[in-house]
Amino acid sequence: MHNSKTVEIIVGLFVALGLAALFMLAMKVSNLSTFSDEGGYIVTARFENIGGLKVRSPVTVAGVRVGRISNIGFDNITYEAVVSMNISGEYNTLPTDTSASIFTAGLLGEQYVALEPGGSEKHLKQGGELRLTQSAIVLEQVIGQFLYSQAEGGGKGGDAK
Amino acid sequence: MVSTLRKLGRWGIGGFERLGRGHIFLFHTLMGVPSVLARFGLLVQQMLSVGVLSLLIIAVSGLFVGMVLGLQGYNTLVDFGAEQSLGVVVALSLVRELGPVVASLLFAGRAGSALTAEIGLMKSTEQLSGMEMMAVDPIKRVIAPRFLAGFISLPILATIFTAVGVIGGYFVGVGLLGVDDGAFWSQMQAKVDFSEDIMNGVIKSIVFGFVVTWIAVFEGYDCVPTSEGVSRATTRTVVHSALAILSLDFVLTALMFGNI
Repeated sequence: MHNSKTVEIIVGLFVALGLAALFMLAMKVSNLSTFSDEGGYIVTARFENIGGLKVRSPVTVAGVRVGRISNIGFDNITYEAVVSMNISGEYNTLPTDTSASIFTAGLLGEQYVALEPGGSEKHLKQGGELRLTQSAIVLEQVIGQFLYSQAEGGGKGGDAK
Repeated sequence: MVSTLRKLGRWGIGGFERLGRGHIFLFHTLMGVPSVLARFGLLVQQMLSVGVLSLLIIAVSGLFVGMVLGLQGYNTLVDFGAEQSLGVVVALSLVRELGPVVASLLFAGRAGSALTAEIGLMKSTEQLSGMEMMAVDPIKRVIAPRFLAGFISLPILATIFTAVGVIGGYFVGVGLLGVDDGAFWSQMQAKVDFSEDIMNGVIKSIVFGFVVTWIAVFEGYDCVPTSEGVSRATTRTVVHSALAILSLDFVLTALMFGNI
């Protein structure tokens, strides 16, 4: 029906189209272009409560994404969560007294780790640990504390009368 | 009573016999694959009829599936004020599930049934026995190129389906419904992982390609060599392929994303 040269060209185009589609998925749809783990360094931080933090959640400084959570473990002695963060190699000037907090993007959004650089002259390196941490805010606890303080305040008001 | 039991037994033995024949057939076909690589022209010819000619239905279906996902996803997400996440919804559902599964189902209907009918007709007009008479192995000459062509084509087609689907979702979401262009892509890139999502989708389509083409060429090769037999074999190809795709999809999804 076709001569073999045309057939070969058409099939070649077909395979090339498939590769182009894969390339488009890799570059445009997935995170391959925006962030790669290579050349990064790992730092750890301990939290009393990590809330809904997950592996692959973002790590940010001043709102800019600089890395992601690579592992979440648990310390059997201190009962704290040990969070390992893979920070991209280009952000290698974070001071050693950087503090880490777990925040929520929006009211119900995903949780992420925000780093707040300190004033130290030394820079964080592979295997470093962040000592200043602030745990995730658990909404139920906040509401509970609020209701408790409200009730307490109401009781005092009653006494004053 | 005894005759019912005997029927059941015959049915069971027949089923297992077919299963065994299918696996022996698969083994012979795989043994024939190296000789196909030596005669590359045969493979290219089959890639044209199995892969390239399925491209249109795959691309058009992908576009519409993506557009529907865009519309439906938007209607649900807008209630939560989360329509910026439309890109994530469209991309993840296409990459992980709909791309491989729907492309394979279409492939089974478009190319699988054609393969079965072609091979079945070759058998019933005794072309396959004719080849054997001429000391040409029909498995190497006819079956293996078709099997390899289907196995290579389906992952390519599924990838194209997914890419076109994402573009379709983009047209509807950004072009028609006014989702922010930047948020659409950036949220998608933040949530879709290359090795975990896209490669797993590709692995799925490779598995489906293997199974669908195997079923198609086996049904053709194993059919009863009459016109009724060919028609039954073609029907069985589509039915068995669809069942195999959907059940394997569950197993693969459980293994890949189920945290089991």
